Amino acid sequence: MARSVTTQRKSLNTFIAWTIGLLIFFPILWTILTSFKTEAQAIADPPVWFFFDWTLENYRVVQERSNYSRFLWNSIIIAGGSTILGMIIAIPAAWSMAFVPSNRTKDILLWMLSTKMLPAVGVLYPIYLIFIRFGLLDTRIGLTLVLMLINLPIMVWMLYTYFKEIPGEILEAARMDGAGLKEEILYVLTPMAIPGIASTVLLNIILAWNEAFWTLNLTAARAAPLTAFIASYSSPEGLFYAKLSAASTMAIAPILILGWFSQKQLVRGLTFGAVK
Amino acid sequence: MSTKASRSAARLMLAPAVILLLGWMLVPLTLTLIFSFQRYLPLRGGFQGWVGFENYVRFVTSSAFWPSVQATVIIVGGVLLITVTLGILLAILLDQPMWGQGMVRILVIAPFFVMPTVSGLVWKNMFMDPNNGLLSHLWRSVGADPIIWLSDASMLSIILIVSWQWLPFATLILLTAIQSLDSEQLEAAEMDGAPMLSRFWHIILPHLARAITIVILIQTIFLLAIFAEIFVTTQGSFGTRTLTYLIFQRVLESQNVGLGSAGGIYAVILANIFALFLMRIVGKNLDR
Repeated sequence: MARSVTTQRKSLNTFIAWTIGLLIFFPILWTILTSFKTEAQAIADPPVWFFFDWTLENYRVVQERSNYSRFLWNSIIIAGGSTILGMIIAIPAAWSMAFVPSNRTKDILLWMLSTKMLPAVGVLYPIYLIFIRFGLLDTRIGLTLVLMLINLPIMVWMLYTYFKEIPGEILEAARMDGAGLKEEILYVLTPMAIPGIASTVLLNIILAWNEAFWTLNLTAARAAPLTAFIASYSSPEGLFYAKLSAASTMAIAPILILGWFSQKQLVRGLTFGAVK
Repeated sequence: MSTKASRSAARLMLAPAVILLLGWMLVPLTLTLIFSFQRYLPLRGGFQGWVGFENYVRFVTSSAFWPSVQATVIIVGGVLLITVTLGILLAILLDQPMWGQGMVRILVIAPFFVMPTVSGLVWKNMFMDPNNGLLSHLWRSVGADPIIWLSDASMLSIILIVSWQWLPFATLILLTAIQSLDSEQLEAAEMDGAPMLSRFWHIILPHLARAITIVILIQTIFLLAIFAEIFVTTQGSFGTRTLTYLIFQRVLESQNVGLGSAGGIYAVILANIFALFLMRIVGKNLDR
């Protein structure tokens, strides 16, 4: 018997949930709205809501004055690069632990997790020194490497939990049919692993895009991604609300969209498979 | 089932990840440990001799230490209290039948995807600014004096901003956990006439216990390390200097690397205490 609910009850649920939902979403909505206002309208009291002269001026100014696209490009390179690089290392690792487990697999997995718990500030200066020594400070390569390393444990874990769900009998059946290791990987495992790999990629792009400790501390002008670009608005320039809003909207829009696709994976990835 | 050949191949596949993470952990941590026993001031000639545990003693006896511990505890505790309590309520609400459930969920989760510098600055300027912020407009519209959020209520402000970012995480995980609850059990209790509060207390809450523990542990580890939200708002002033921020200031701003490194080691130890609990739970899960 399905739980039956009265229309009245359902209406009430809907009303409360939407009210709370909109309240939580409101700062984002307000930022998006403000980005289309003039500076005067942005600070108007009483506030103007929807009926103002919508303008794209702020977006144009942000791009022209601060060369927004350069920061965007840095973000794309760093988030994308660290994810791709990380996957190249994480897929074989997760694969081997899921399909050829040894009695040390569990210890290795937990140890990897423990490296994720290392507080960044505890190793800030050594990394800083190493970056200076090897000329990595304020370079995209340096940041890509660091973000790959801090997210590698999550990638391995997430892939591991997905690979673990692929039934071993399928492999045995394929072997009985005479499939070699190559066929096994190419035609049997890969198609079954793709959804897990895609989810892992998605979550890691999000995490890398929003990372704001290393990106703030290891970059200056050249390699700064959007996190650092937005932080530059904490100076008095931040008082230009409409421009701040336009810059913010552009910085969060791509990841908001990606994020909406990855709700379920987020849970698995960030709880290391403990909640599915 | 696995042959000797496949086992050595597996080891080879695992090696790069292990070696990289080992290097990432050991090299910087060893350096931090070495610095922490040195008098090391890069702006004044760098290495100036070994000082034993002096940095460790100085770090905890400095006047900034206890306030920073206090700030850390209040922020982490406050955010946990808000996100877990509201997260449970929201998860239960979102689990109810309604129209547009998927859309509401998207609205609720959205803040998690906003980068920390954006949420810090948007809240600081567009909401909490005492002259032009939306909250000050709201206060004035009811005839009250606007609150100067980030200085007069600095801790509350930081807690609000960070809670806004982490509420989606708690909600999403608790919602996932609630959805795995056996609905027949709830229906049976409902038919037996168990009131809502007792159903919540005796069925839902025990079922969520594990998920709540996980939310608390994971959030604690991330919250101990919050940085950007403070960096773009108060810069650690008005009592918001957390342990993480204090160490950051010692290391990069005043370039007292020895002292900052000793602080860093304290932070590592602290984080590891929580990590141990988390790993025990996650490890148990692996055995199933």
